[in-house]
Order: sequence, then structure tokens, then C-alpha cells
Amino acid sequence: MYATSYHRASSVEDAVQLRSAHEEGKYLSGGMTLISTMKQRLAAPSDLIDLRHIPALRGISIEGRRVKIGAATPHADVAASRDLRALCPAICDLASHIGDPHVRHMGTIGGSIANNDPAADYPAGLLGLGATIVTDRRSLSADDFFVGLFETALEEGEMVTAVTFDAPEKAGYAKFNNPASRFAMTGVFVAKTASGVRVAVTGAGSDGVFRHPGFEQALASNWSADALANVSVDSSNLLSDLHANAEYRANLVKVMAKRAIAAAG
Amino acid sequence: MGVEGIGARVTRKEDKRFLTGKGRYTDDMTVPGMKYAYFVRSPHAHAKIVNIDVSAAKSMPGVIDVLDGRQLQADGIGNLICGWMIHSKDGSPMKMGAWRPLAVDTVRYVGDAIAIVVADSSGEARDAAEAVVIDYEVLPAVADVAAAMQAGAPQIHPEAPGNLIYDWQIGDPDAADRAIAAAAHVTEIDIVNNRLSPNPMEPRATLGIYDSAEDHYTCYTTSQNPHVARLVMSAFYNVAPENKLRVIAPDVGGGFGSKIYIYPEEIVCLWASKKTNVPVKWTSDRTEAFLTDAHGRDHISKVKMAFDADHRITALKVDTIANLGAYMSLFSSAVPTYLYATLLSGQYAIPAIHANVRTVYTNTVPVDAYRGAGRPEATYLLERTMETAARELGLSPAELRRKNFIRSFPYQTPVIMNYDAGNYEASLDAAMQAADWSGFATRRSEAQARGKKRGIGMSCYIEACGIAPSAAVGSLGAGVGLWESAEVRVNAVGTIEVLTGSHSHGQGHETTFAQLVASRLGVPIESINIVHGDTDKVQMGMGTYGSRSGAVGMSAIVKALDKVEAKAKKIAAHLMEADESDIVIENGELKIAGTDKTLPWFQVALAAYTAHNLPSGMEPGLKETAFYDPSNFTFPAGCYIAEVEVDPETGETDIIQFVAADDFGNIINPLIVEGQVHGGLAQGIGQALLEGVHYDENGQLLTASFMDYAMPRADDLPSFKLSHQNTPCPSNPLGIKGCGEAGAIGSPPALINAITDAIGTNRLTMPATSMKVWQAMHAAH
Repeated sequence: MYATSYHRASSVEDAVQLRSAHEEGKYLSGGMTLISTMKQRLAAPSDLIDLRHIPALRGISIEGRRVKIGAATPHADVAASRDLRALCPAICDLASHIGDPHVRHMGTIGGSIANNDPAADYPAGLLGLGATIVTDRRSLSADDFFVGLFETALEEGEMVTAVTFDAPEKAGYAKFNNPASRFAMTGVFVAKTASGVRVAVTGAGSDGVFRHPGFEQALASNWSADALANVSVDSSNLLSDLHANAEYRANLVKVMAKRAIAAAG
Repeated sequence: MGVEGIGARVTRKEDKRFLTGKGRYTDDMTVPGMKYAYFVRSPHAHAKIVNIDVSAAKSMPGVIDVLDGRQLQADGIGNLICGWMIHSKDGSPMKMGAWRPLAVDTVRYVGDAIAIVVADSSGEARDAAEAVVIDYEVLPAVADVAAAMQAGAPQIHPEAPGNLIYDWQIGDPDAADRAIAAAAHVTEIDIVNNRLSPNPMEPRATLGIYDSAEDHYTCYTTSQNPHVARLVMSAFYNVAPENKLRVIAPDVGGGFGSKIYIYPEEIVCLWASKKTNVPVKWTSDRTEAFLTDAHGRDHISKVKMAFDADHRITALKVDTIANLGAYMSLFSSAVPTYLYATLLSGQYAIPAIHANVRTVYTNTVPVDAYRGAGRPEATYLLERTMETAARELGLSPAELRRKNFIRSFPYQTPVIMNYDAGNYEASLDAAMQAADWSGFATRRSEAQARGKKRGIGMSCYIEACGIAPSAAVGSLGAGVGLWESAEVRVNAVGTIEVLTGSHSHGQGHETTFAQLVASRLGVPIESINIVHGDTDKVQMGMGTYGSRSGAVGMSAIVKALDKVEAKAKKIAAHLMEADESDIVIENGELKIAGTDKTLPWFQVALAAYTAHNLPSGMEPGLKETAFYDPSNFTFPAGCYIAEVEVDPETGETDIIQFVAADDFGNIINPLIVEGQVHGGLAQGIGQALLEGVHYDENGQLLTASFMDYAMPRADDLPSFKLSHQNTPCPSNPLGIKGCGEAGAIGSPPALINAITDAIGTNRLTMPATSMKVWQAMHAAH
């Protein structure tokens, strides 16, 4: 790791000010990706602005069917929230299978989506739920937020503060782990929302998380795993690596979609 | 058998310090004035070094010095060597290319060390390493073993034309060919044994300390065999004469073979300590470990097995190419020859065997012994072939094996080994019963109803442990003898220190060795200390690898105990005015047999040291040394059965049960033996399902972290069903065989046989990842 300066931000305003004062600085949330990248000397931020101690960024609040999760809420809190589970168990289940217990107690939802790892779970969950990502300066739809591999619509210095979504009628998530990293080699989140059926795929796309319109149309008219039987998955835009080539991932996209439907009930 | 003696499930004495974080590993060592090293390594798999510019690096903050290979060479430090001479079948010696501890002209794998930076902190050393400017002329590289043998492949060492190190054979080629020509059935199969990274929990580390006043070196290192390290560093690398070099291998967190060898870093840190006049410590990081620890396996083979009309094996013919990487590591040449092809008879009576082995250089990290070392490769090849043959012949896998088992001992194989004892059917029967083999058909139907493909597979392995008779291995090319030493030192108050040349890096010697002494003398286990791992404390010894510490290391302790007991009996007989032949040692007392006259152990020890009343002419003291050279290998054997369910939608394999029936001869501590088997099984299952080193076509390592290299985790493994058959080994005093490697040797073929049984196609290579299993299913339909 290269030398860096650590700052503990006390409020969102404080964090934004610190960040703007340090051109080469970076926000630090759970640090699950950033710290290991720094240890490998693949990242060298001059300053780290720690967001984990800002009370306003942490916690889950629910009003009616409207859910708000603070950006610095760790995965373990999402997994364990009874109120959230009563409304949207799929997102709790998703959170409960991210990484390992250490990761779930350190990693945060805001950190995960701001990093937008193409194999992370939350991008599929939020895209599938049609969530809104709230930042220190605006609100974005998940469709607009997730742009590509490790790429989001966040501007320089912009910071995720919360995500919000309306609890869906039904939702489910199924993932197939990479055998080494246990990131999603393919993960599919399905949701039946007020605005229609949404299917989001992570771990598989060569441009990161994506929606699958073919699945969405099939499920809109028939919410069942059988509805996907004759829908093809195009492998041409899927990732190929040591552990899974595009053809195998295309298979996993369909199998995981069917399992996600089964999980959603 | 007492509660602490041989056969007791004594919990490990050493675990308290390991489990409470009180272990003392090399990286824990700190000495005054100590500085930190970072190695500049090649980013290219193959390149000429045009120029090295260290000027910027030398002026970086905290930097003490930056040293390169030319300075090392100028100081007369020698090249790394391979210590086992193999001759090709044309009689020519193996073609060993020069391996300089710091590369001078050419780098040959990604990670090849070029320079060392010594600085006040490891961070400053690394910063400065990044400022070393090296001009390379990049050369074409080859990582794949078959590609390295093709005409026009990049030439890696001038000494080895066509990258061929040796072309060796064993057995009778004509007899094998004749039997194959006359066979009723010939099974042919191509076998790939996947390349593995050892990944001990503790990465390698070393601390080199030069004392200019004494002109003396101390080397702390993560070694399985500190005396061998000292010998090699003295005799071949000219670091220092043995009396001026102390090597200490303190607590070591796992080795699996990878810490047998002398690597460049130990040598360079010792030399750098003298050059800079400060102690120099280096600790590998995990990616450095993937890049530079010797890998294991990496064979491709073609196999023919011939059968007569009665399904008896008449011949086995094997053609193997083994990848040794960019340089020949310390014992690399022996692994695909005498540790591999000599086991190709397996548990079977095979009249004719011929194996041809070619080893080649590639632009990859050196390959050497890894848990099992050659024997897993032999077992995988043989047991995949047997399974395939059984399917082709329409026989049950057990029936074909039973038909061909060796049943009379000693048995001379056509490939050197002389099996001294065994009862292979006992392990097969025990395993099949534990697995409820006969109920499998019902379980398969039940799984089918759930949409799962269920399969069952077995593997009957044999291995050669307790390496090895020194004269025998010497005649086969070994540069060292493979005996072991022990000193039993009884203190004046009767407590005991055992100094052993074995080295414990996870095996639990501090417990099992103490159990042996407690059994023999009837003294409490707490009164016995096991001392190992320091060349200044312990007499010359050969270290721990090849499941040798029980069979060879403990046999040396037995010999030393024999001498100690004999002297103690003489003293007791003298003190009790009895005949020495009437003295027995029981429950910590020396007793006149058949009487109630006794002397406590401590009184005899005290008498030996006060020396007030010893038999006439007897030297004072009670301390004896012994060297034990085995008369044969030991031959652990067993039968493993795996039962799996494959998810046809994803290709995912779930291990439903895994049965291991092992014959290790007599067992000192069943708890520790079970732990060794569990660990071996985890590594074997890792090889079968998860692990695989991948280099790309340019020789870049793709699996350089745990993000890409899949290690087995607890939830990848089933709960194991173990049993032991106990056919004592006749060639050592304790009748023990060795248990450290069996799990890794026997398990991969059982798994692959089970998966191929489940999916109904035999074309599957390790690691059998979900994708490969899914692809195999789809290719078959």
C-alpha cells in the first residue's frame, strides 16, 4: 500500500468538503474492494474519507411500502432486518449471501453499488427492484446509475447517500458462485413491481449488470419458471473467463432466472 | 497402552500456542537493527536483461542498498541445483540449465528474482523496487508442456535443446508391447494431471543475519528440513561453511512439499546481510507465493492397459510428459521418475510395465514435490484407467480390482518396488461396506426422481512412504541419504528432551513423538519435550516430507531409546544389586522382574549424573544418539469411495459421501492420523474439483490470487467416513507406514470416477469444475 491520509468524516457535508479539498482523494466505505486494491498498489488515493461514522448514512427506514437504506448500512444489517424481510425478503436473502461474515459486517450497500463490480450482487438487486439511488446532489434511477464495468453515473466527488425503492409484489434472487472468489458468476434478480416485471442479471454481462427484456416479457404474461423455457439467452455479450465461458454463463442466466422465480414464489 | 501412550487419542500439545496466536513463525522474529527486503521480479515470462539501473532506487527514502545478480556472482555465490541426478535412456545425464539466485542475463518466468532492495521498512523497500529500471528484450515464451516440446518452441536453456531435460524409462518396453499385442482387450486413455499451487497458510519468509565479529550467519527460514538447507547452502551456494551457518526453522505454518527446497530468497538475504551489515528479513505476500513457490503435478500421459480373456492385467504402458518449469528445483527430477513410475503397479499384479517419462522446461515457476509427489499422479492415472477398463469390460469396478489384487507378500513389482506387506481386499471391503455400495442403485433412482445425476466411484491406492533406504536412493541418483537422527537426552531429574532431525510444520510431532517416549518409559507426557528445527541444537537430520517422520524419524527415536534404556537398566541393576537382564521398565519405574523391588525413573537419571555409584567403568550421563536408515520404503494402501450428485442444469457436483479406508499399519495417535487424512482429502478434493494453475500463452499467471485460484473450503467438503486397517509394516520397529499424503493421493480418482459415473461420459479432466462437467454432459449428448 502506498502512503495515504485518513480522514473520518462526521457528516455528509464534512465528507463532501473533505473530498473536494483532495483532488486525488477517495471515499472509503466498507473498503472491501478499495483496501485490497490499495494493498496491491493498484490504487493510490492521496486521502481516504471514511464514511462509516456518519450516522445519517446508516440504517434502514420503512414508510408503508417505501424502503430507504442508508449508503453506509452494512450487508449484515440488511440481511438481519425483520421489517425489511417482511416487505422484501429477496433483498435480505441477497445481502445474506454476499461474501463471508467478515465482508457482510464491513461491506456497505453504497460502497457496493458505487464500485459496481460486474459480479457484485447489489447491482442486480437494485436494478431488478427499479430502485432509486440518492446522492449528495440528486436522485438517479438504477437504470441510469449503472453504466458499465466498474462504471456508474456518479460524477467526480459525488457520493451515494441512500437507496430507495417500493417493495415489490414478489421478488427473488438466485446466484451461482464463482468457485474461487464466490462472487456471483451469474446472479439473477426477478421482481414483480407496480411498474411491471423486471429481471436483472449480474456476474455475466461483459458491460456489467443488465436487464433481460426477453425474460421480462415472458414473465409479464406468465409469472412462472416454465415461461422462460423457450426464451433464448444471447451469449454474445456475456463474459468469458477461466471459470465460465459465455456459453456456460448463458445457460446459468436461464437456470438462475428460473430458480429466482421459484424463490420469489 | 496408557492414556498418553501409543494408540491414545492425545490432543496436540502444540495446539495451545497455535490456537492462541502464540506460535513463533519466521516473520515473528525481530532482531536489533533488522531491515526489510523486497525483491525486484521479472514481469515477463522470458526476456533478456539488457540493463539494470538502480541509481534512482538507491536514493529513495529509507533505502540501504539495492543489489543485483552480478554482485552476487562476483561474490562467488553459486547457482541453485537439483539434487537428484536422472539419466536419460540413452545414458546421458539430465540437462540442467543454470538457475542464478538473482537473474543476470535472462529471466525465464514471471517472478524470476532480479534484484533485492534493503530498506528501513517493507513499504520503502517496495517503493524503491518500483524505481529500479530494467530494460528487457522480451523473448517468445511457452508455458504449456506439450507446446514446449514442439519444433520451433522458444528455447529456454542453452543446455537443454528442444527444452528436453531427460527422456527416461523404467520397465521392459518389449515385454509390455508383446503383451499388448497379444491382449484380449486393451484400454487406452489420455490422462491430464492438473498443475497445483501449494498454498500453505504461512507464506515463505526468511531472516538473514550476518555477524561480522564472528564471521557467522544465522538464517531463520520457513523450511521443512533446516539441516538440508544448511548443507545445500554451504556445499553448493558457498554462502558459508556449515560451522559458520546456523539455520533455524521455527514454527512453520504448513509446507506440503513447497518448503523442502532452497529458494533464491534465503541465499540472497544472507548474502545481502553481509553486504549491508544489517539483518535482512523478507516475507512473501500471497501473490508472490503463487508466482514463486514451487508448483506441483502438471503431467500429461498416454496410457495403454492390456487384459487377457480372464480380465487379468497383462501389461501397462505409459508415456508421460512432465512440466518442470523454468528451472530444476531441488528434487524436481525425482518426482516424475522414482516417486511416480515406481508406483505404477498400484495394488495389482501386472507382469509387464513400461513407462517413458520426458521432462521439459517451460516459462513457468519450477515444479517440484507437492503433497504426494508423483504418487498422486501414478494413482490417478492407474485408477482412472482401471475404472475405464471396468466400464469397457462390463465389470463392476470392485470385481476388476479384486481379480487383479496382489495377494502374496513380499511382492516384487516390475518397477523396482518390493511391497513388504498389504491386505488390499480388507480396505476395499471396509470401504464398500461403509459406503453401502450395494444400496447405491436405490439411491441413484431416488436422486433421478429429484432430477439429480448420482454417481459412485472408487480408488485403490498404494504409495511408498518412509523415504528412504539411503543406499537404494543413492544408486538411483539421490544426492543425499534419507535416514533420520534422534537424540534422547534424559535430564538429571528424569525429564526428557528428544532432539529430532524431523521437522514439524503441522504434523503434530510434539505430541506423537512424546507419546512414543511416554509409552516406552511410562513417564508423564508433560515431562517430555520435542526439540527440532535448529541446526545449532539438533544433530544433522534430514527433515520432514514423503510421510517419513513416523516411519523413519520415530524409528530413530526408538533406536536412541533402546540405548538409553539399556544404560538405565545397567545402572538400576547395579543399584539394586540385580542382574541387568532381570530389570524391566514399567510405569516410570525400573523394577526387578517378579519382585516388588523398584527404583523410580528419576532416581536412576539422578544416579547417572551424580555418578557417585555407577557400574565400574561406566561414563556418567544418560543421553544417547541414534541414526536410523530404513531398509525399505513403507507401503500404505487403501480404498476410497466417493458418491456424488451432479446437478444436470449447472454441472455442479455435490459430494454426498466420502469414505476412506486406509491401512497405515500401527497407529500412534488416531486423532492426529484422522487429521492428516482429513487435510489430505481436502487437498485431493481440491485438486479434483477446484484447483488449477493457469498461465496464458505468454506465460502470465492468471491464477495469482485466491480470487481466481479456487481453494477448497469447509463447505466444499462432506463429513468424511474413515476407517483403518492395520497391517503392520515389517521393516521398521514400530510397524508404522506413514499417513500424511494418502488423502491427497487416493481421493482425486475416486471423485472423477464418481462424477463420470454420474454423467455417463468418461471425458472429463481435473479440476472438474461445474462448467467442465456441464460441457462434458452436453458434448456427450
